[in-house]
Amino acid sequence: MADTPMVAAHHVRLGSNSGQPMTRRDGIAKVTGTATYAADNHPQNLLHAVFAGASIARGRVTSLDIKAALAHPGVVHVMTPDNTPALSQDPDQKTTPFTARIDVLQNDKVRYAGQPIAVILAETLEAAVEGARLVKATYDSDQARIGFDDGEAFAPEAVGISTPPKFSTGDFEGNRKKATQSASVEMETPLQYHNAMETHAVVAEWDGDHVTVDMPNQAIGLAKPGIANYFGIPPENVTLRSPYLGGGFGSKAVLFGPQMLGILAAREMKRPVKLVLKRGQMFGPVQHRSATRQTVRYDMDADNRFLAFEHTANVSTSSFDNWLDGAANAGLSLYATPSISVSHSGTRFDTGTPGAMRAPGIATGSAVIECAIDVAAEKAGMDPLEFRLLNYAEKDPSNGKPYSAKALRGCYKAAADSFGWKDRPLKPRQMRDENGLLTGWGMGTSIFHAPFFPAKARAVLRKDGSARAETSGADMGQGAWTVLWQMAADGLGMAADDIEFDIGHSDLPDGSVAGGSAHTASAGGALFAAGNDVIRQLAEIATQDKDSPLFGAGNERVLGENGRLFKAEDPNVGESYTDILQRAGIEEIEGKGRGNRDKASTETYAMFSHGAVFAEVKVDPDLFQVRVTRLVGAFAAGRIINPRLAQSQLTGGMIWGVGFALHEEGIHDKRSGRPLNNDFAGYHIPVLADVPHLEALLVDEEDPHVNDLGVKGVGELGITGTVGAIANAVWHATGVRTARYPIKIEDLLKGAQALKA
Amino acid sequence: MAFQISLKINGNGHDVELEDARPTLLDVLRERIGLTGTKKGCDRGQCGACTVLIDGRRVNSCLSLAVSLDGAEVTTVEGLSDGDTLHPVQAAFIENDGFQCGYCTPGQIMSAVGFLGETGGDASAEAVREGMSGNLCRCGAYAGIQDAVLDAQARMSKGGKT
Repeated sequence: MADTPMVAAHHVRLGSNSGQPMTRRDGIAKVTGTATYAADNHPQNLLHAVFAGASIARGRVTSLDIKAALAHPGVVHVMTPDNTPALSQDPDQKTTPFTARIDVLQNDKVRYAGQPIAVILAETLEAAVEGARLVKATYDSDQARIGFDDGEAFAPEAVGISTPPKFSTGDFEGNRKKATQSASVEMETPLQYHNAMETHAVVAEWDGDHVTVDMPNQAIGLAKPGIANYFGIPPENVTLRSPYLGGGFGSKAVLFGPQMLGILAAREMKRPVKLVLKRGQMFGPVQHRSATRQTVRYDMDADNRFLAFEHTANVSTSSFDNWLDGAANAGLSLYATPSISVSHSGTRFDTGTPGAMRAPGIATGSAVIECAIDVAAEKAGMDPLEFRLLNYAEKDPSNGKPYSAKALRGCYKAAADSFGWKDRPLKPRQMRDENGLLTGWGMGTSIFHAPFFPAKARAVLRKDGSARAETSGADMGQGAWTVLWQMAADGLGMAADDIEFDIGHSDLPDGSVAGGSAHTASAGGALFAAGNDVIRQLAEIATQDKDSPLFGAGNERVLGENGRLFKAEDPNVGESYTDILQRAGIEEIEGKGRGNRDKASTETYAMFSHGAVFAEVKVDPDLFQVRVTRLVGAFAAGRIINPRLAQSQLTGGMIWGVGFALHEEGIHDKRSGRPLNNDFAGYHIPVLADVPHLEALLVDEEDPHVNDLGVKGVGELGITGTVGAIANAVWHATGVRTARYPIKIEDLLKGAQALKA
Repeated sequence: MAFQISLKINGNGHDVELEDARPTLLDVLRERIGLTGTKKGCDRGQCGACTVLIDGRRVNSCLSLAVSLDGAEVTTVEGLSDGDTLHPVQAAFIENDGFQCGYCTPGQIMSAVGFLGETGGDASAEAVREGMSGNLCRCGAYAGIQDAVLDAQARMSKGGKT
C-alpha cells in the first residue's frame, strides 16, 4: 500500500537550522510585553479617533447632528461626508484582486450595519468614545436583507479570488444512472467572524506628503502601493510597519475603510492619529466567512466505490462586492471519483463583504463533505476509515494529475493508531462513558492546497563575518519570525543566532502575502535563495583566488556551513567567509533571492497538504450538551522547518475546527441587519476548557515537486477535516445529524425526539 | 471633576491626573503611562487580554476604573521578570510554545501568575483548563498554554526562578 507518488525524490540540502524545533525568536519580546503591535505606538501630539457606525444596514444618512459631539470637552473635530475630502482613488474601484470596496465617508450611502458614518477626533480616547456616542444620525432606511431566504440571489462570475463558480468532469449523468446507491447531505454554515485578538488598528503620521503607518498587515508589498493609490502619493512615500500582528486569519490582508480613515484623519488634522476598532466594530467593515447552504451527494457502485460527486453551494456576499467563499470546490481533489459536478450560486446580504478566513472554501466545504462521506459509509455498511481508503484518490480526480506528494495513508494510520480507532463500533449510540455520557468517535480528511507566491528577499554578508537577511514578510502568530529566520540562516550557511534578521516593514524586499498557507514556502524560499546567492558569489571569489584552498574548485562543489566555505567532497578543504572577503578586500556581498516553483511541475502535479483528524465527543443523554474530549490529527505537509511551531499551527487549526463545529455563529437581526452577538459573550470561540486533549502528529513526506525546498503549509490544514470529524462523532454518539453548523443542543434534541418517534 | 491618584506599578510610584472618572486602568496604563504590554482585546471583560495583578489578585484592567484604585499596587507583564531573568511562567510559555501571535499572551501570563497564586501549587490539568478559561486565545495556542502553566507550577514548586 504505497503512497503516491513513487518517485525517487531529489533532496535539496537545506541546513542545520531547518528541521530544528527552535523556540520562537520573538518569544522574549512577547512574554515580556515589549513586542510592539500597531496600537502600542504613541507618537507625540497624538489624536485619538473613534468612528461612529451606522445603525441601519441599507439606505442613506439623511442628516448627522454633530453639535453635541463637538461640544464635548476634548473633541477637536468630527469628520463626516460633508467635510471629508475625496480620496485620490475611488474606494469602490478594485485595482488588484486583493482590494475590497471600502467605506471612507465619500458619500451618504449605508451598505451594512456598523459602516463608518463619522469619525470623532479627540485629545483623549475617552472623549473620542463619548463623542462617537453623541453623534446623532437620521436615516432613510430600506429593509435589510439577511439570510438566504431574504437576500438577493445572483449568479457569481467567480468564487474565492478568481476561481470559476462551476466545474464538471467525466460522464456525470451517465455515471449517476449506473449507481446502485447514493448518499446526500444538506447543511448550512453561518457567517463567521475572524475576530483576531488584536482588533484592526492604525497609527498614522504624515510628514509633508510622506506617511508612516503602523498597521497590522499580512501583505505589506500590496498594502504599500494600495495606500499610495488612495492618497495620491508615490509608493515610496509610504512607510508601513507591521512587525507583529495580533492574529490575522485572512482578515488583515487587504486595506479596510476604518484604517484608511485614520490615515486620512491624520492628513486632515496635520497631527498623528490612532484609530483602533472596538470589538463590536469587528462585525462589519473587516470581513468574515460567507454563510453557505450546501448539498453534497456521492453516488456509488455495488462495490461502494464512488461513481459521481456533486456539490452545490449557495454562498453569501455583500450587496456591493463579490467575494464568495468557494465551498463547493473543497472536494475537487479529495476522494477518487470518475465524474464531478460542482457549482456555486450567490446571495447578497446587507452585511459587510466577506473575505478569506482560515482555510477559505475548504473549511466550509469539507465540513459538509466529510458528513456525506460518513453517510455513504453507513449506507455501505463500512467503517468510515476503510470506506475512505476504498475511495482513496491516487490521482487528483478533477484533472487526472498525480499528486506532487501525498502521504495521506500514513496520516490515516498514524492518527487512527494513536486514537484507538480500531475498537469503534459501527453503529451509533453504542458507547457510554463511566458517567453515562453518550460517547462517539468520528473522523475527517484534511486537505489544503499548496500555493506559491513570488516573494523576494535580500541577504548581506560582511567582511567581519556578520550577516543580515530580510524580507517584508509578516508574522501573525504562525511563526514567520522564527521559521523564516531558520531558512535564511541555512541559505547563508550560518547558525541562526549568528545572523541579523528583519521582517515586517515596507522598506524590505516584498515578501508577498502571508496567506494561503504559502508564506514559509514563498518567503522562506526567497530568503534561502538570497543566502545561496551570497554563497555563490563568495565561492566565485574563493575559487578564483590562488591564495584560497578552494582555488580551482567548481562552484557546484563548494558548500557553506557555520560561516565556512568548503569542498563538498572534502570538507576539510575550506576556509572561513571572513578570510575570503578580507583577502579580497571586499566590504560586503549582497545576495538577492526569489523562491522557485518549477513551471513544468505546476502543470504536471496536483499540490496539496493532507491529514486525518479523529474526534471523540461526549454528549449528555438528556441535555445534549456536546464536549469534544479528544482530537487526534496526523498531517503530511512536505518538509517541516520547525516541528514545534508546525504542531502549534496544526493544533490551532484543529481548535478552529471545534469553534466551527460547536460554537461560532454571527447572528444579524433580520429586521435591522445589525449584528446581535458582536462581542465575545455572544460570539463564542473555544476556550481552554473546550479542548482537553489535542494531538497533532507530523507524518514524514518528501515532496520533490512542490517547490525547490519541498515545503508546504500547515496554517490552514488543521481546521479542514476537524469540523466533519466532530459532526461525525456527534452522530456516532447520538444517531443525529443536524442540518446546520454550529451543532446546537436544540437541533440534537429535536433529532433525538424524531429518532424515538 | 478632576482627580489625582497614586498607583504603584511594578514597584514604581506614578501620580496620575484624571480629568474625570472615565479612564480605565487599562487605558491609563496604555495611553497615559506608556506601559503598552497590557493589551485591549474587547474592553468589556470578556477576553482577559488586559489581565493584570491588583494587590496580588488577577483583574481585568479594562473593567477597573483607575479612579477607584488610588494607592493600589499593580503588576503588569513588564514587571514580571527580574532584570534579564524571566519569571518561571514567562519561561514556561516560551518553552511550551504557549502563544502564537502573542497578543493575548501578557494577559495569559498575568492570569497564570494569579492562578498559580490562588491554587498554591497543586493544580491539576483540569483545574488549569477551568482556571485559565477566562483568557481567550484566537490562535488556539491552548495546548501549549496548558502545558506552560503546569510546567511553571512544577518549576515554582521546586523554588526555581526559571
